[in-house]
Amino acid sequence: MTELTVNGHKYEVDAPPDTPLLWVLRDTLGLTGTKYGCGVAVCGACTVHVNGNPMRSCVLPVSAVVGSRITTIETAENSVVQALQQAWVQQEVSQCGYCQPGQILSAAALLASNPRPTDADIDAALSGNLCRCATYARIRAAVHDAAKTLGA
Amino acid sequence: MHAIDNPGRRTFLKAGAALGAGLTLGFYLSPGRAARQTAASTAASFAPNAFLRIAPDNTVTVLVKHLEMGQGVYTGLPMLVAEELEVPWEQIRVESAPADAKLYGNLAWGGTAQGTGGSTSLNNSWDQLRQAGAAAREMLIAAAAALWTVEPSALKAESGSVVHLQSQRRATYGELVAKAAELTPPQSVKLKAPAEWKIIGKSLPRKDGQTKATGQAQFAGDLKLPGLLTALVVRPPLFGVKVKSIKADTARAVPGVKAVVQIPQGVAVVARDFWAAKKGRDALIVEWDETDAAKVSSDALREQYLALAKTAGKVAADHGDAAQALSKAAKTLEATFTFPYLAHAPMEPLVCVVQLKDDACEIWAGSQLQTLDQAIAAKIAGLQPEQVTIHTTLAGGSFGRHANPTSDYIAEAVATAKATRELNAPIRLMWTREDDIKGGYYRPLFVHRIAASLDAQGKPAAWLQRIVGQSILAGTPFGGMIKDGIDFTSVEGASNLSYAVPNLRVELHSTQNGIPVLWWRSVGHTHTAFAVEVFIDELAAAAGQDPYEYRRALLADHPRHRVVLELAAEKAGWGSPLPKGRGLGIAVHESFDSFVAEVAEVTVQPDGNFKVDRVVCAVDCGVAVNPNVIEAQMQGGIGFGLTAALHGKITLKDGRVEQSNYADYPLLRIGEMPKIEVHIVPSEAHPTGVGEPGVPPIAPAVANALYAATGKRVRDLPIDPAALKA
Ligand code: FES
Ligand code: FES
Repeated sequence: MTELTVNGHKYEVDAPPDTPLLWVLRDTLGLTGTKYGCGVAVCGACTVHVNGNPMRSCVLPVSAVVGSRITTIETAENSVVQALQQAWVQQEVSQCGYCQPGQILSAAALLASNPRPTDADIDAALSGNLCRCATYARIRAAVHDAAKTLGA
Repeated sequence: MHAIDNPGRRTFLKAGAALGAGLTLGFYLSPGRAARQTAASTAASFAPNAFLRIAPDNTVTVLVKHLEMGQGVYTGLPMLVAEELEVPWEQIRVESAPADAKLYGNLAWGGTAQGTGGSTSLNNSWDQLRQAGAAAREMLIAAAAALWTVEPSALKAESGSVVHLQSQRRATYGELVAKAAELTPPQSVKLKAPAEWKIIGKSLPRKDGQTKATGQAQFAGDLKLPGLLTALVVRPPLFGVKVKSIKADTARAVPGVKAVVQIPQGVAVVARDFWAAKKGRDALIVEWDETDAAKVSSDALREQYLALAKTAGKVAADHGDAAQALSKAAKTLEATFTFPYLAHAPMEPLVCVVQLKDDACEIWAGSQLQTLDQAIAAKIAGLQPEQVTIHTTLAGGSFGRHANPTSDYIAEAVATAKATRELNAPIRLMWTREDDIKGGYYRPLFVHRIAASLDAQGKPAAWLQRIVGQSILAGTPFGGMIKDGIDFTSVEGASNLSYAVPNLRVELHSTQNGIPVLWWRSVGHTHTAFAVEVFIDELAAAAGQDPYEYRRALLADHPRHRVVLELAAEKAGWGSPLPKGRGLGIAVHESFDSFVAEVAEVTVQPDGNFKVDRVVCAVDCGVAVNPNVIEAQMQGGIGFGLTAALHGKITLKDGRVEQSNYADYPLLRIGEMPKIEVHIVPSEAHPTGVGEPGVPPIAPAVANALYAATGKRVRDLPIDPAALKA
């Protein structure tokens, strides 16, 4: 049994220690907001926070995150994520929507360390988050909006 | 109010005639099986037709017959209903319609099959859904009239209620559903005039915006069913290869693996969850019989196609006498264009969930050809199509990949469910990204060769274009659409060349090589627009004329092309001088009855590396139902086209696909996304699609901008910066 803390809740999970956190979240805990896109840390769809840092959960063995604080798109306690979600809706960012949980989690990590990012800062922080629908222009706009809301 | 008369109306009547069924209002507005079922399951709600249901609590549920894959049909289509029904946007809920060709067939395809493609969703639903909303509105008015014993003409529908104009007495739709449900739908309805529209033309919020931003949106892979098992399939390493032998002991020994079964497409490993299935699949040893393997290499194919392009093909268009005009011309220009295989690579790899029972089969998938998927699933399961229920979920992108005439991933899922019936468990069949990139169904590799001559004024006198590549339609249930050896999806955008050329001939060589191919966002236009729009730029240069003015003059008979061309050029500041190393390029193209012009601005470094800084796009798609969605689709289409222009390339070596994931099949990244401006031409014409038409002009606009900046022509995609070195 492995003990995990996800979005402030404690879970006991029974999964082989090499199982990537992504599949524990999705298949064991039923937290399906975190997405699979590549499985090799090159698309960002599976991004979650581990102790506040953005991590690709598809290559992160569950054994490595025991005792860590994990935050996913389903969080109800992270005001930065919530501000971003609101901005995402306002800016009508999503097309298919599949990449967006990962984009929002990466953006949340950016805003936590850089409350007023420039376009270049956003491009750098989100360069590992692919969007096949190419919603990038609106992602930039929404990150700026959320930064304003949080700074207000 | 006025009766509608527009091109779409004619299309619709044509579709009706094609069916031979006299497709009248009463036909498709009569409550269908599905609507009756849904009505029955929510007692007391009112389902006047197959497209909507009104509950006593005032919620209006619109059933959408098309797949939502990001293009916005869950927003644009319900808007049409809401407009005529006179109901506030917040009151509308969206549900995917069940598979039923009779009720939900795509009218742009003659209504014979349900499906989403060719940017037809809004186009074919425009009259249908407005009439569905109007019919319901009339019935609610009639219900109030009956209850209050007044004339219907004394009443008005307004914001989800029926109002008696004189007394201001009002009843919400919810209060009227019981009475309305007793009434017969009207035989004909009047639709609102554009001046009366309150919803159409507004950038109303997407219905799926909230759930997609919060991770609540349900894709097929997110479905939770008791006892759900996950299946991964080992597929052949080369196309056309069959299983010779299987050693499954080690795979079966992996904890969590429940079964290893052979299916027609390969070998499926069924397990407790994804990770166990993945480990099981990694441990599986399959030997393949390579006798029928397609051992082609894309480099060799390209050479072969280049040689074929020098020979005559089947005739796709022939006006005047291009050959003679060319042979007499003092000066001719010639150019060859090449395009690689491309994968769709939607962010969500394919997923299909199947629950198979003895007398029923339920399927959850981002189904893009619902009735075909249903028929194929039924055949594999040994059931009748009516016994197969398709739940169309959201798709995490598709770009054509889900519209597979073989229903490949759905067929695999049903075959796996059938082979593991004794487990009595629902099966979630998943593709990994590697499966997706290596799995075929690519945009075909194409070669174009164009020769042209100019007249004394520098205008094109003759144009001979030869196109070489695989047919997408051949060998599929859509093969009947190939006419006289011409698959229109190979030549669309070239055979109907818009520029005035007195002697035009377009020829096609359809090749065969065993690599599975498929439509890919904007289909033939992905390559024809590039060849045509780069070559016309070359002709302008040869004539010593401005590429924008040159196009404009040749489009005198194409006002809609001209309007978008002029708008894009004006907004982009065409003609103002740019510093060295920067350039503007323009392209205009019609696809799927929409017209788009794009101007790209690039900055090129001396080493050939370049950046697309800005794109100005002008689009005419008829009535702009939701301008915000149109803008999003133009932005997305440009980004999608830029991936192909800058990066996209699938190669094969001795039959093996050389790429496997996003690391070697890169997509556009946020830092590469240009600033994009979208300008929508105001129009009252029948609305047409926007999912695809933004794609075709971008690659040629960028290539032409690179020429303006460097004097070097780009004729091969993806663009090789090394070839632009100063
Ligand atoms: S799924 Fe983890 S980075 Fe792509
Ligand atoms: S919204 Fe579709 S992949 Fe980003």
